[in-house]
Amino acid sequence: MRELLRKIRATGRVAEPPPERPRDETPAEVLDKARELGGSVQIRHVDAGSCNGCEIEIASAFGPVYDAERYGARLVASPRHADALVVTGPVTRNMRMALRRTYEAVPEPRLVVALGDCARNCGVFAEAYGVEGAVSDVVPVDVEVAGCPPAPEAIVAALRGLTGR
Amino acid sequence: MTPAGTVGAAAQVLLVGAGSPLLVGVMRQVRARMEGRAGAGVWQPWRDLRKLLRKEAIAPDGTGPLFRLAPLVLAGTALVVAAVVPIATTASPLDGSADLFAVTALLALGTVALALGGLDTATAFGGMGASREMVVLALVEPTILMSVFALSARVGSTDLGAIVTSTLHRPELVASPASLLAAVALAVVVIAETGRLPVDNPSTHLELTMIHEAMVLEYAGPDLALVEWASAMRLTVLLGLFANLFAPWGIAGASLVMLPVAVVVFTVKVALLGGALAAGEVFMAKLRMFRVPELLAGSFVLAVLAVAASFFLV
Repeated sequence: MRELLRKIRATGRVAEPPPERPRDETPAEVLDKARELGGSVQIRHVDAGSCNGCEIEIASAFGPVYDAERYGARLVASPRHADALVVTGPVTRNMRMALRRTYEAVPEPRLVVALGDCARNCGVFAEAYGVEGAVSDVVPVDVEVAGCPPAPEAIVAALRGLTGR
Repeated sequence: MTPAGTVGAAAQVLLVGAGSPLLVGVMRQVRARMEGRAGAGVWQPWRDLRKLLRKEAIAPDGTGPLFRLAPLVLAGTALVVAAVVPIATTASPLDGSADLFAVTALLALGTVALALGGLDTATAFGGMGASREMVVLALVEPTILMSVFALSARVGSTDLGAIVTSTLHRPELVASPASLLAAVALAVVVIAETGRLPVDNPSTHLELTMIHEAMVLEYAGPDLALVEWASAMRLTVLLGLFANLFAPWGIAGASLVMLPVAVVVFTVKVALLGGALAAGEVFMAKLRMFRVPELLAGSFVLAVLAVAASFFLV
């Protein structure tokens, strides 16, 4: 315990200073919904068939260095608690119904973030036999984050667009 | 029943109602800083509650009135306990009708209501969380009773206000063996009852390790806001009760002038306790579920020893 305390003291704060608030590229109707949330966005992450590259970047975005939680975003354990779904990967046949049901379980107002190239347009998995389509083919998408995988900075910037902080 | 007591009880309810989300915010902030993060700020729980109140309320298919009533019962019992327990004043008008047994029963009523709400959803995790919460409850409630018994034996009353007043008059009793044993026992059960580490992890995402969170997985919008608010109030009340049983200085008796001082002192006490609890959690991992009864049984033994000591080592 003493060793851990010494480490905590020696390490200090690892969170990088918050970058400038990104120029707002969030569409107007999404902003209206986001404003209703008032600086608090609970996020349910759905892996619809991802290679787990995006998951590593999400974990980094919520880790100590990027600390997405300081802008009011938080990962939760249930879609009922969520305001936004973050969907990664192309939607596979097995996950189509699950994603649809998860979306319907989220109370209004709800937002969907398609994270990564696979979620946006199936990426390298386009036209694969097990792939049903992009996320927007199954549920309405509000925000897209490009990249394969997107950098934590991009994820944090997209989430800041939703929390408005 | 004195006007000072009535005002004091009202002040207690307001203080706990408005301050408990801030306590949760402070605890999260302490934890974030110790982990090297910046943290979302102490107001974040209030922002979460405000947003949840604006959201759509969903009752899952097949749930009955029990599901909708459970958050109301939980929040209602927490508010009543906040009015009864000696937080800022020892002269609450409800004190005569609600002693130690009533407070423990009210806390248990809230827990049982939420467990029934969790069962009502008929999901696997709801039932699992409810059964685990009942295991913890069955081990926690006797220990709360026993450890406060140890303090009430020398007063000759189970009235919480009387216990606190007697400690004020005889401060040397705080360092007595009975009091110290009871303090350790009560600290363990407060941690277990409020679902903190090492018994339960309030920020877990793994359904299989959840206790409290598993029961509330199906709540959404305003219902979830009530559940979270009530959980924060129970944490505040139990920490406050712990602080005032073992360090009652600053609490107002039947005087109106002392009340603002008592409110400030109470806020400082609970913030310090909460901060210490959050800091301690950084060093701890969650106990395996099957080890939790051992921990709670240990605290029960301490409580029994405290009762014995209060009779034999006066």
